[in-house]
Amino acid sequence: MDSKFLEINMGPQHPSTHGVLNLKLSLDNEVVVKVEPNLGYLHRGMEKLWENRTYAQVVPFTDRLDYFCAISNNLGYVLAVEKLMGLEIPKRAQYIRVILTEIQRIVNHIGWLGFVTNDAGAYYTINFYTFEEREEYLEIFEEYVGARLTINAIRIGGVPFDIDDKLISMIEKALVETEKKIKDIDKIVTRNRIWLHRTKGVGVFSAEDAVQFGLTGPALRASGVKWDIRKDIPYSSYDEFDFDVPTGTAGDIYDRYLVRVEEIKQSMRIIRQAIKNLPSGEIAAKVPKVLKIPEGEIFHSIEAPKGELGFYIKSNGTDKPERVKMKSPSFINMQSLESMCKGNMLADVVVILGSLDVLLGEIDK
Amino acid sequence: MIDQISKYPALENIFSSLQSVFKDSIIEGRFEKEELSVKVKKESILLILKFLRDEKGFNALSDMIGLDNSSVNKEGQKRFSVLYQLYRFPGFERIRIVIDVDENDPVDSAYPVYKSADWAEREIFDMFGINFSGHPNLRRIYMPDNFDGYPLRKDFPLEGRQ
Amino acid sequence: MADIIEKQPFVLARLDELITWGQKNSIWPFGSGLACCAIEMISTLMARYDISRFGMEVMRPSPRQADLFIVAGTVTKKMAPVVRRLWEQMPDPKWVVAMGNCAISGGPFPTYAVLQGVDKILPVDVYISGCPPTPQGLLHGLLMLRDKVGREHPTKEIFSVHDRPNK
Repeated sequence: MDSKFLEINMGPQHPSTHGVLNLKLSLDNEVVVKVEPNLGYLHRGMEKLWENRTYAQVVPFTDRLDYFCAISNNLGYVLAVEKLMGLEIPKRAQYIRVILTEIQRIVNHIGWLGFVTNDAGAYYTINFYTFEEREEYLEIFEEYVGARLTINAIRIGGVPFDIDDKLISMIEKALVETEKKIKDIDKIVTRNRIWLHRTKGVGVFSAEDAVQFGLTGPALRASGVKWDIRKDIPYSSYDEFDFDVPTGTAGDIYDRYLVRVEEIKQSMRIIRQAIKNLPSGEIAAKVPKVLKIPEGEIFHSIEAPKGELGFYIKSNGTDKPERVKMKSPSFINMQSLESMCKGNMLADVVVILGSLDVLLGEIDK
Repeated sequence: MIDQISKYPALENIFSSLQSVFKDSIIEGRFEKEELSVKVKKESILLILKFLRDEKGFNALSDMIGLDNSSVNKEGQKRFSVLYQLYRFPGFERIRIVIDVDENDPVDSAYPVYKSADWAEREIFDMFGINFSGHPNLRRIYMPDNFDGYPLRKDFPLEGRQ
Repeated sequence: MADIIEKQPFVLARLDELITWGQKNSIWPFGSGLACCAIEMISTLMARYDISRFGMEVMRPSPRQADLFIVAGTVTKKMAPVVRRLWEQMPDPKWVVAMGNCAISGGPFPTYAVLQGVDKILPVDVYISGCPPTPQGLLHGLLMLRDKVGREHPTKEIFSVHDRPNK
């Protein structure tokens, strides 16, 4: 232990570590010299458990990985299984999936907005607005499947329920509300002097570094790299929608904020298009009750709200997978924390951690 | 299976140049479900990764995956496999590099080539007990340091050893 | 004495009831989120479910200022010593609510890494099932806890040293 620096422990019980995370910080006065994340406080042994469960039984577990955007996790796993089986999904089911995952993206980003401003010092002010907005969408989920948080709304082969006119009108109403709310938050946050001081030029990450560290998602796009799997390797009919991929230039926290707000607007565009062009037909393909998948392996990834979410599945001909490995966006994004924090103040660590949008459920698995 | 690759000229180009440069190191190439997976010799993994990064533009390591093959009944099958999932952009091609590893057989760490290999290798070490030589900080990442056993090995019981 | 009684208003009450009346209407929960349930706990704090109707909105980030530990989420074996220590740091009197199936029994994770129920390390007062429980469910559990607090006899603890839980 180097006695020159002050060593402090942050976590595992800390209100702004976004879960049970322990950071060992070395400080030179108030400047961060070294950050050593200590993980595993929420390691539940998911991957071992999945080897002992059937393919369909794994789906509810994926909800509990990234519990802030459960549907995206469902979709990532289910798409990998479907690709491994070579299953064709009905168009209507694909569109419903797009609607649900884009709602989930809005829920995630809007919730993030509340938490990150919370970390920057606006103690629960923005959070009250954003959580109220979030509840509107949770009500839609409750209407659709009956659950709020761990929704499990996507099944292998399609979706469990059709969406009706009542649900569509609820979604449209919520979208209008969100537009208003975004404007309100924009007024409070975007040009707020405290917010600008806390975020401009803090946690800067260049595009080369971001790629080298394997950063994905809004944090990568804020560094100026235009890479969105929805656009570049489309899945679930994303190629039929018209939307933009926002990018930043500076790669600091402020740009990450702007990118995420723009992504909410783009998600609303996608949802409106999907509702307008919703095809008719079946909502699920035929899948046998006991699902046995012949030997093979697959790696399929989707653009989750937090970044690239991939699932590697190796099957062995039985009804249980040989191995399921999840590539979680937060796990990879979190590695860059040390490089971002070095040279910044202690108080910035919290905001930088918040701006990466990590969630310990999917880091620890 | 590998002949289907001709539909994807970019991947075909990568595979043929890998075959010509690393003639002796490539064990087999497979192309299934639009994915190119190349099995290579363990000793040359670092050279191949470097080649792919510098010459072929695979600028990111997406993930590293460990596998326990003890349930596979095949002659000469080594106990573990390590998979490297690479992608490049612009262009958006993916490739999977596979190496087979025996127990207590260290692998060269990919950290000098891809920084994102840092935690991925620690995770594989924690879960399978595969050693990575040259890794700057190879410790357990999830389980406590005094934990006995490697959870994702097939002979480790789900409930753990009491 | 008679003078004072005539001039100043007063209330006669059993000391136990007076103390528990104060305790149950100003419970300060400890804001410790472990996993998924923490999100629903935060939702309960927010405007729609508004936990402050029951005087519980003062979420304390430090265990030393709190008297209710809501174990919201999966307790892993690595986290268990930390949870125990946090509970030990809370001042008496204190209560524990096990929120969600993971905290009750390990939930869907019967694995090598998860503690099968937080009651193995802490004395739990109220169990709230659900994965995760809805905010309504959490509020229901907290109201049950209020009733339980109202039935306690704090004076017994004050006057007899041996009954104190931490002794």
